[in-house]
Amino acid sequence: MTMTAAHMRSTVSRRGFLAASAATAGAFSLGFHIPFAQAQGADVPEINAWVVIKPDETVVIRIARSEMGQGTLTGLAQLVAEELECDWSKVTTEYPTPGQNLARQRVWRNFSTGGSRGIRESHDYVRRGGAAAREMLIRAAAEDWKVAPGECRAASGTITHGASGRSTTYGKVAAAAAKLEPPAEVALKDPKDWKIAGKPVQRLDTADKLTGKQVYGVDLKLPGMLNAAIKACPVFGGKVKSFDAAAVQSMPGVKKVVPVGDNAVAVVADTWWRAKVALDALPIVWDEGAHAKASSADTAAMLKEGLTAEQAFVANQTGDVKAALAGAAKRIEAVYGYPHQNHATMEPMNATAKWTADRCEVWTPTQNGESALAATAEASGLPAAKCEVYKIHLGGGFGRRGMTDWIRQVVAIAKEMPGTPVKLIWSREEDMTQGKYHPVTQCRLVGGLDASGNLTGLHMRISGQSILAGVLPQNLQNGRDPVTFQGLNPPGPEASLGYTVPNLLIDHAMRNPHVPPGFWRGVNLNQNAIYLECFMDELAHATGQDPLAFRRKLMVNSPKHLAVLNAAAERAGWDKPAPAGVHRGLAQIMGFGSYVAAVAEVSVSPKGQLKIHRIVAATDPGHAVNPQQIAAQVEGSFVYGLSAALYGECTVKDGRIEQENFDTYQVLRMDEMPKVETVLVPSGGFWGGVGEPTIAVAAPAVLNAIFAATGKRIRTLPLKHHDLSKA
Amino acid sequence: MPRLNINGRDVDIAVEDDTPLLWAIREQVGLTGTKYGCGVAACGACTVHVDGVATRACAVPVSAIAPGQKIVTIEGLSPDGSHPVQKAWAALDVPQCGYCQAGMIMAAAALLAAKPKPTEDEIHAEMTNICRCGTYNRVRAAINLAAEGGEPRRG
Ligand code: FES
Ligand code: FES
Repeated sequence: MTMTAAHMRSTVSRRGFLAASAATAGAFSLGFHIPFAQAQGADVPEINAWVVIKPDETVVIRIARSEMGQGTLTGLAQLVAEELECDWSKVTTEYPTPGQNLARQRVWRNFSTGGSRGIRESHDYVRRGGAAAREMLIRAAAEDWKVAPGECRAASGTITHGASGRSTTYGKVAAAAAKLEPPAEVALKDPKDWKIAGKPVQRLDTADKLTGKQVYGVDLKLPGMLNAAIKACPVFGGKVKSFDAAAVQSMPGVKKVVPVGDNAVAVVADTWWRAKVALDALPIVWDEGAHAKASSADTAAMLKEGLTAEQAFVANQTGDVKAALAGAAKRIEAVYGYPHQNHATMEPMNATAKWTADRCEVWTPTQNGESALAATAEASGLPAAKCEVYKIHLGGGFGRRGMTDWIRQVVAIAKEMPGTPVKLIWSREEDMTQGKYHPVTQCRLVGGLDASGNLTGLHMRISGQSILAGVLPQNLQNGRDPVTFQGLNPPGPEASLGYTVPNLLIDHAMRNPHVPPGFWRGVNLNQNAIYLECFMDELAHATGQDPLAFRRKLMVNSPKHLAVLNAAAERAGWDKPAPAGVHRGLAQIMGFGSYVAAVAEVSVSPKGQLKIHRIVAATDPGHAVNPQQIAAQVEGSFVYGLSAALYGECTVKDGRIEQENFDTYQVLRMDEMPKVETVLVPSGGFWGGVGEPTIAVAAPAVLNAIFAATGKRIRTLPLKHHDLSKA
Repeated sequence: MPRLNINGRDVDIAVEDDTPLLWAIREQVGLTGTKYGCGVAACGACTVHVDGVATRACAVPVSAIAPGQKIVTIEGLSPDGSHPVQKAWAALDVPQCGYCQAGMIMAAAALLAAKPKPTEDEIHAEMTNICRCGTYNRVRAAINLAAEGGEPRRG
């Protein structure tokens, strides 16, 4: 079917995506391929890379990181606006493109949006961008008035000269300001003087998400666009042996059947549904390769061997753990395990590409525009300068969209149809079975206690999958994956262990199954917090100590960890009894630059029905840019973390993932969602992330509460496999 | 050729009879606010109203829609985002990535139309949509806010 231009425009009315139609000489256009559609034209001056101010006083703040729900777009805009001293109600945002970044010597620096780094890694230079723009605007006004810039001040988008009583607005002086040299040095405000940053302002990207107007990658429409559905070999490492295109060629809407790389086949049709129907009917013969018989049991056996293997990479070591354990009055030992899990973003992987012999453009929700551009260049056979990637708000990312596999696929398909834009959408089944999974690990912990119940020795042996080995092998350090030890590192600013144990050894026997791993929201902090915090609970109970008091003794050298743990315990009323039938558990960890702790209150019915009543979650992210969005991230973290704890599991049979959709890959729903109280205790002086760390304390706090309720120690996830009923 | 009444408008569409209503809405009618999340009626992202009843459009073939049945999508819930549910959602800044939110809002609107003051259990029984970002508590709070017709909290 054909659509009218007016209709097309109405579906993409979001600011920043809508091109002025004049800019395309009347051409039928969506504007996605016109960088800075809002900020075009001679009278729309760019003050600097971060700030554009229009004559109507609209402030366009450029956001290099990707918005995937975590609120980074609003947070970064707050930081720029704070220094800019603009009127917050006039602020809009837009994404610069990766191609623009390349052409302008990476003026927007890193686009990568993962590891809760959006704000903590760029707060300094985006604030400087805002401050520099403010200085230029003031200087433009001062030059016009022939007064010293130092005599003028800016607030809420208005510049005033006190002595003469003159005033003007940003919109009026923006054109002149844009021509000025940027200041060499700018001072940043003290966070205690913040008026926009640090405040619980509402998100900038909500309105269109309430009306269906927000355009996601799956919603993109381009003139003449076709749609593709794809199937890759379900066994990782397998290939396509053959397929019978003729069998589906005459099905409704089918345009072409194309091989994609050596392991996938796509059907291109007029609509996606028709492409999918034809793909499902397409006879494909796979060469399943070396892993055709692989199973989860194989992986478990391989990991088990690693638990006691001689060789391991050491991360954190003090004293002589062997001697300490040998001489301990009491020795406690436990083995834990954490399965593969899928990110399961609500929006499945997708991208649209248009390829011609001298240009390739890709529209896609990506967490890393720059690596998306590099992948586009590589797959298209064109230099990056002849490629472009247009980022679209993500329907969830969680780490999955930091990868580029689907981008390479769509470019390969588009290459088969020069000049025609093709939109590739993965079915949910494809998304579930072609993931980049949460790494699978096991952990053997041995603790030694003296006669008075003090922890004198701890050995934590992690055995299992390395994300870096699968994703970024060039980042391994002599074969060692430092990311494996998140939350367990020696004292320092990142992911450090909060306990001082006189004799300590934390090491990793790397064992990589064939299932491809990926960075999964919370990354390795997730399982490490379970291993560490549940075992701490075991040690406390084994020696008849209160889990909070037991931890506190070990945390004297980690005041920030301790302060957050105390904050959670205090709000939860740890020192007072829980309501009748309700039991508590707690956990703490540090990661992504922030300190987090949680107390969970649960009850378990005699039949084994778990109810999580209340979660108290404390966070110290250093500086808090938007408290209400931090609360949203903390709540969301519990949904993600509890989904993982209760249900999350991807199992392997015959080399392939067994869970293909949400009917078998269960996740938490509203009826199971506990009340969450967020206790924000920003201590200042550092910048930590908020999108991920809290996930890690969700599961151990609940597992420890379950132990308190039932006496059952759950050491392998997901919880759905365990019977919590009174035996 | 099936004829659908969508958001008060009759649209003739040329599709195979077994095409799910979801894909007819997205690809033939061209309204993309209704989302694909699972295709097996498990997630609720595709929720629309069929004669006022919240319906998972991925699991309904177009041929199952009887002539005269009225379909409302997120685009047709209100002309300008002013439905009480949308207003409550805005007041509480509910969406994160937003992908599930059209389905959430449509499910909530149908719930409140049937039960203007739902209990928590009634909310839970109707709101089985999946949100991977984890907006459940704000969704629940927004439903209660809309039910109370309360003044939206700002900031
Ligand atoms: S897409 Fe219809 S319920 Fe998931
Ligand atoms: S808001 Fe992202 S899935 Fe619900």
